[in-house]
Amino acid sequence: MKLLRLSILAALRALRRHVLRSALTMLGISIGVAAVITMVGIGQGAGQSLRDQIRGLGRNLLVIAPGAATSSGVRSGSGSVRTLTTADADAIARETSAVVDVTYVRRGVVQVVNGSRNWSTFLQGTTPRFEQVMNSPVSEGVFFTERDARVGARVVILGRTVVDQLFGVGADPIGAVVRIHEVPFRVVGVLRAKGQTVWGQDRDDLMLVPFSTAERRVLGNPFPGRVDQVLVSAASASDVVLASEQIDALLRERHRISPEGDADFTVRTLEALIKTARETTSVMTAVLISISSISLLVGGIGIMNILLVSVTERTREIGIRMAVGAKRRHILMQFLVEAIVLSVIGGLAGVSIGLAATRTISYLAGWPMLTPFLAVGGAVLFSAAVGVFFGFYPARRAAALDPISALRFE
Amino acid sequence: MNASDPPERDPRPALIEVEDLWKVYSLEDVEVQALRGVSTRIAASEFAAIMGASGSGKSTFMNLVGCLDSPTRGSVRLRGRDVSQLTSDERAEIRNREIGFVFQNYNLIPRMTAQENVELPLSYADVGLREQKERASRALEAIGLADRRGHQPAQLSGGQQQRVAIARSLVNHPSLILADEPTGNLDSRTGAEIMETFQRLHEDEGVAIVLVTHEEGVARFAGRVIQFRDGSIVGDLPQGQGAAAPETRENSV
Repeated sequence: MKLLRLSILAALRALRRHVLRSALTMLGISIGVAAVITMVGIGQGAGQSLRDQIRGLGRNLLVIAPGAATSSGVRSGSGSVRTLTTADADAIARETSAVVDVTYVRRGVVQVVNGSRNWSTFLQGTTPRFEQVMNSPVSEGVFFTERDARVGARVVILGRTVVDQLFGVGADPIGAVVRIHEVPFRVVGVLRAKGQTVWGQDRDDLMLVPFSTAERRVLGNPFPGRVDQVLVSAASASDVVLASEQIDALLRERHRISPEGDADFTVRTLEALIKTARETTSVMTAVLISISSISLLVGGIGIMNILLVSVTERTREIGIRMAVGAKRRHILMQFLVEAIVLSVIGGLAGVSIGLAATRTISYLAGWPMLTPFLAVGGAVLFSAAVGVFFGFYPARRAAALDPISALRFE
Repeated sequence: MNASDPPERDPRPALIEVEDLWKVYSLEDVEVQALRGVSTRIAASEFAAIMGASGSGKSTFMNLVGCLDSPTRGSVRLRGRDVSQLTSDERAEIRNREIGFVFQNYNLIPRMTAQENVELPLSYADVGLREQKERASRALEAIGLADRRGHQPAQLSGGQQQRVAIARSLVNHPSLILADEPTGNLDSRTGAEIMETFQRLHEDEGVAIVLVTHEEGVARFAGRVIQFRDGSIVGDLPQGQGAAAPETRENSV
């Protein structure tokens, strides 16, 4: 312990002796560590942002769509038959234990008019549960109610983009009347803006009306009660798979399809999407880290270089220390500690720079602010390891000096 | 004169016993015999001067006695212990405990204060931090530099630096001080002050001093003068003038 404390004191004294040189040496390590931390931070921030967006599509969401029909051996695409109904959705809500919330939608592209302005957008006929299942609350006004749904009220909730197009940016449309297929609808709410998906789709370009209203007044009902999608919230993330199995079994039973037969519906979850996103971002992060690690390596070589100079410069001092009784390990320790002190101070400075950079970039990109604690701890440990690794050779050279020639060294 | 014979039997316990000491360096194809079978004996609390031209082997002799180097052949005994075949760590320990070095060019570590320089040997010994400070302060007081303890070597005169070096050599209470031309870089008046310091320490602390010099005036402070030439001892005489230590005087009778 005493040896360590003495070595640290001696190291600080030696570093103070050449402030500029020490600072420049540390700078190499600082930049390396800062680069690593920033890259990890960016990777984590981007990944988190991507996952948040996917999760924002709905809570533990399962999407059930009508399946492909097989007619004389020709399989049409997904949704080509109208096999999924509101009754199926109600049955799922009633009979599956892993499901907490169910809603369903029918969609169509419609033209919506406000006075002289008009806009083409997605209309979704749905239920009030849509708010929970799709994680889509209103930011202004109210969501329509069960009563609105029952009576087929002509009320509409607009997405932010639709508001911007029909009323102008930032306008308050609550209470206004818009016309959809010549039918007047009262605007009761505006959905909270969700922005774009990472793949560039505008998630605010839509309107919601009660399902029955959509069926009766706007989209028509060749097959009453048929839906385009049933949207389901599982009780928890871990229940998603169970919910999927329960829904599959229930619908096969209702549609009279044997467990081996081709289902006329598909149950999809977001897990696959999240998994892909996670893999993509971790590959990206790994690439960024390996690139920034190179600067850490260069910083380490800088430390070795400076220590070699320092050992040569202080040959006489080493000789004196040996003459008064320093053993080889004392000298080794002195220079090793010097290297570690250099790299750890540099590393800590790098951590602050890196965190500041991460915060700035996250702020500018609108990503969640994450402190990559693992990266911070890792960077400090790693910089100490860099010190040991690159300090060992110079330190050993110092310790291997012959006291007599070291004392004579000019 | 019988060159390499030890002086007649000394009743005092031997501090250093050197027997048939050889040191041969190989420089490329040439063998240089720096020491050729030197034998001598230096008693505890003796004050001996070693004289000789450069290349006479006196520095090699000092390095071997000072445990900075190992001999090619022969043995050096320090307080009865053969130190000629020790590992470098064992030699470091002996240098730390038994030997204090004083060099011609002082060899203080720059950018360290006088106090820190004097503490240095203790930092490699098993001595607590507070005791280190106290003992270093006392050593500086003993050579009259207590008021300069915060100064760095560059802020001290040559004589002061050499006195700091002497304090450093004494701080771990060694049994032997090896001084290599300690007055070589000093003017004669300061040199004489340094020699008086040595003499006083020799009397007060009873420490043995072996001092290399080529100045007759400096050698006169010692109780005994050993002459080196071509790697051998060619003269070994007790001498009385100026040797103030009681033992030394007794020896010179």
